[in-house]
Parts: sequence; C-alpha cells; structure tokens
Amino acid sequence: MNYLARRLLTFPLILLGVSLLVFFSIRMIPGDAITAMLGTEAGLLTPVQRQALAAYFGIDQPVVVQYGRWLAGLLQGDLGISVTYGKPVLTVILERFPLTLELALLAMVIALGIGVPAGVLAATNNERSTDVVVRILAMLGQSTPGFVVGLVIIYVLSVYFGFVPAMGSFTPLWTDPLANLGQLIFPAVTLGFAFAASVTRISRSAMLDVLSDDYIRTARAKGVPGRSVVWHHALPNALIPVVTLSGVEFGYLLGGAVIVEQIFALPGLGRLTLDAIGQRDYALVQGCVLFVAFNFLIVNLLVDLAYAALDPRIRLGAR
Amino acid sequence: MRIVRDIAAHPTGRVGAAIILLYLLLALCGALGLTPHDPLQQFRIDRLQAPSATYWMGTDLFGRDTASRLMIGIGHSFIIAFASVGLATLFGTLIGLLAGWWGGLADGLFMRAMDVLLAFPAILLALLIIAVTGPGTFTSIAAIAIVYTPIFARVVRGPTLSLKRRDFVDAARTFGSSQRYILSRHLLLNLVAPLTVQVTLALAWALLTEAGLSFLGLGTQPPAPSLGLMMSEARNLMQQAPWLLVFPGLTIMLGILGFNLCGDALRDILDPRTQRRTA
Repeated sequence: MNYLARRLLTFPLILLGVSLLVFFSIRMIPGDAITAMLGTEAGLLTPVQRQALAAYFGIDQPVVVQYGRWLAGLLQGDLGISVTYGKPVLTVILERFPLTLELALLAMVIALGIGVPAGVLAATNNERSTDVVVRILAMLGQSTPGFVVGLVIIYVLSVYFGFVPAMGSFTPLWTDPLANLGQLIFPAVTLGFAFAASVTRISRSAMLDVLSDDYIRTARAKGVPGRSVVWHHALPNALIPVVTLSGVEFGYLLGGAVIVEQIFALPGLGRLTLDAIGQRDYALVQGCVLFVAFNFLIVNLLVDLAYAALDPRIRLGAR
Repeated sequence: MRIVRDIAAHPTGRVGAAIILLYLLLALCGALGLTPHDPLQQFRIDRLQAPSATYWMGTDLFGRDTASRLMIGIGHSFIIAFASVGLATLFGTLIGLLAGWWGGLADGLFMRAMDVLLAFPAILLALLIIAVTGPGTFTSIAAIAIVYTPIFARVVRGPTLSLKRRDFVDAARTFGSSQRYILSRHLLLNLVAPLTVQVTLALAWALLTEAGLSFLGLGTQPPAPSLGLMMSEARNLMQQAPWLLVFPGLTIMLGILGFNLCGDALRDILDPRTQRRTA
C-alpha cells in the first residue's frame, strides 16, 4: 500500500482516537459532572433536580453509551451547550474562529515574507558576514518566546511611540479592513516571529542544497544571470520543504494563538479556550480542543497530500 | 568524554554550553540559598526599585528582589524541563523501541496512539491536561512529558526498524542473547546519538512550554518564582518598571538559546552531513 493510501486510511482512525482522548480526558476530572458544570451552585440542587439534570445531559448512562451519543452528536455538528454562554458550543466557536484563523494566516504571510528572502540572502552569501548575521538573528528569533516578543512590542510602541495597540476589540475584515489590520498586525508579528526564524533556517538550508545541484551549475554555465538562477531556477525547488513546514506550522499557529490573544486581549478561539478552562466550562473546553485538533489534522493531511503530489518518491511509497 | 571536547571545540556549541553551565550554577546557588536576598521576602519600602547596587535587577511590586527570584525561577524552570524531558525520553524511547522491535499490530497500535497525541498543537494538549488535573508544577511536568513523548517514540522507532535487520542483531540472536539484552545493549546504544540531539532540543521546547504555561497562570503557582510567571506579573507594570520585563525576558530567551545552540552543535557533531547547512 502506498503512502497516500495509508495516510488516508489512518486519518479517520486518528480522528476517532482524538475524540476518545478528548472525551475521556474531560470525564477524568475529579467530582461529578453536574458539580463541574454548575460549580458552587450545584450545592443548591435537590437530589431529584440533580437526577433530572443528569438525565437531561445523558450522564446517568454508562460512559460508553455517553461516548456513542456524544460521537453521534459530533458527526452532526453538535458539540453540546456552553454553560457560560448558554449557546451551542459550535456557535460560540464559530463566532471566535475567524479572528484566530485570520491571525494565523497573517502571521504566516509575515513569516514567509521575512523568512524566505532572508534565507535566500543567507544562502547566496554563504559563510559571509550577511549569512552570519542572518543565522544569528534566526537563532535568536527561534529562541524568543512569543509572549516576550508581544510584551516588548507593546512596551516599545507605548513608551517610544506613544501608541497603544487596540486591545479587547475586534473589527471583522469585511466591516473595516484597515481597522482590522491595525488590530491584528502586531499580534500577527508576535505570532509569526519565531516561525519567520524557522522559515529562514529551512529556506537557507534548502537553497544551499539546491544551489549545489547539477542543473544549477548547468544554468550558470549556459550564462543565465545569477539573479535569475537564484529566483527562477533554484527557489521553486527550495520552497518544497518550506511549503511542508508552513502547513505543519499553521496548525501550531492556531494553537499558539492562545498566548498572543491573551497578551493583546483579542477575543479569539485561543482566549475562548483559556477562559473556558478558568470558568470550568468543560463542554466548551472539549469543543475548542477538538475543533483545533481537527483543523490541525486536516491541514497536516492536506500538506501530506500536497507534498506527495510534489514529490513522486512519497506518492510511490518510498518514504 | 569525546562529546564534551567536541562541543567545546564547536563555535556555537561552546556558547550554548557556557550559557547552560552558567544557568545550572545560578540555579544551584539559588537552591543552596546563596541568593542576594530572600526571593520571597517583601521589602515593602523598596517596591518597584530600579536596578541598583542593593538590588541588581530591581524589585517588583511587592518589593521582592528580581535577581534572587530569577535565580530560583531558573532552577524551577530547569527542574520542570529536565523532569518532563526525562520522562518523555523514557516513555518515548520505550514505546518507539518496542514498536520498532515487535512490528506488526503492536507497532500499528503504539504509533497510532502517538499520532493521536501529535494531532494536537503542543500548548493545546498541555492546556487540556491541565484543565483536567489542575495547574501546578507536577501537572506541568506531566503535561510537557505527554506532549513530547510521541516525538521521542518517532525518533527511536525509525532507526530501530532498520537496526533490527542488521547483521550484528542476527549474530546476537544466534549467540542466544535475550530480547532484553539485545534491546538494551545493541539497539539502545546505537540510538544514543539521535536521542542526545533530540533531548537537547526538547529541553529548549520544554523551557518554552513551561514558561508559556506559567505565563498563562497554568504552570507554577505564585508566590513561587517562575520565569513565565514573572513575565506575566510584569505585564501591567512594564511602563513603570521595565526591568521586570527585560530581565526575565532575557533570561528565558538566553536559556532557550543555550539549549538550541547545543542541540544544533550536537547535530553537527553527530551528523557531519548537516554541518554545512544548519545555522
């Protein structure tokens, strides 16, 4: 069986595993679910009310039955009801997701926009001072946590430029693109900072490999100008590992948005997850984690399929 | 110890090793109580003092000495990072080794379970675990260990699959060596090189994750000093007391940099093919 077929066959299995892990993790929380849901107010319930609530939520059934029902609901897009918001979990998630998605996409554009040219610059100046500077900056970038970058950005903007980034609000892209960009640009730089460093390192490494290939030497021997050799002949091939990294990293950007959204007080999915943990809204925690994991898996699958399409060795099962 | 000599001779490895040694020394001094001040003592009249001869890195909102708290914080972060990576290495190696050695159904089951764990972005899986067990030092260790176990399992399984078909393993079997002996003496010893690189890089990620969790208030709990927690506390005070942001931020960054530099150096040393390419 080739790699692609194996990958597609195991995908539903992994999804099932993810659902099992999320469902049973939440059930492992000490104490009964009613108390977990209602907190101190659960103490005001009579035993009959408690039993009625348990029957309403289906938690009076054996755990396997509960999982089966939950999974059946999941397949129909029913992730339960958020105790905090009093709305379906999926509705709450879908209200917050556009911000996180846009933030991750913007971070990716910034990271690629900085990382690829920097990597190419370093590779074409291999072992010269430019290369050394780019490598040092990339290593420092990779070692700096997002929250340090975010706080430094806020500090520098507020102290040296007298400008405080808008926090706590979000204007959708389609309502006011400029205001939207103004709100998301600094969080996106924060989120994309370490990723830009990774892209720089990968681009440099891939470019060095490609630049030593025979076809590049042939192109140079034929008199193709140096700039054209780098940007038209070498870069497209050097970008293959960057594409793979970007796909995998996109999922991490969705997850990593938790910290950035917290720093810039953005009402995205990451902050929603964190708030749900604080409020002990377990249906919401479960839904958020599952939603991000599902997106992460889909993106990884698409990357693998794209990679297999780009590289026949993988398609034919040589990996 | 050839590896120590090689790192000392490696230009960036030397810097990384020096940073880690310095941090270990600071953490040890902190653990022995050799800090400039008591890290938990509140000098109320010296609140938000700028760096000076008395308080080298200033004081925080409660008048606690930042330098002393950083020394303890480094130790705390290192304990969490080393413990979690130690556990991840132990379980990941065991799972990868057995999956690769047994193959077939066991391999499929073990590795699909690892794939499930890898289906979550690291910080999110850690958050899920902490949501279940509650925040704290031990929870952070467990969460980070679970997050990084699949990476070690993958690193070990691949080479195990190829090593088990090598002649020296067949020879050991022919001589009647037990399965445990072959796994521990023949396979594991051959996996030391890739594991060493992975452990060093994982220590950098663990420091990063621990700092992130503490920053979110889900790792080390106050009043215990932790690097991420100190950054979080500095958030609302950075205009009045920028040193509360600068020193913990630099400390976290340099710690991660130290492990990253060592990891890269080890990769260069143990796999010369990458020497030219990696930064």
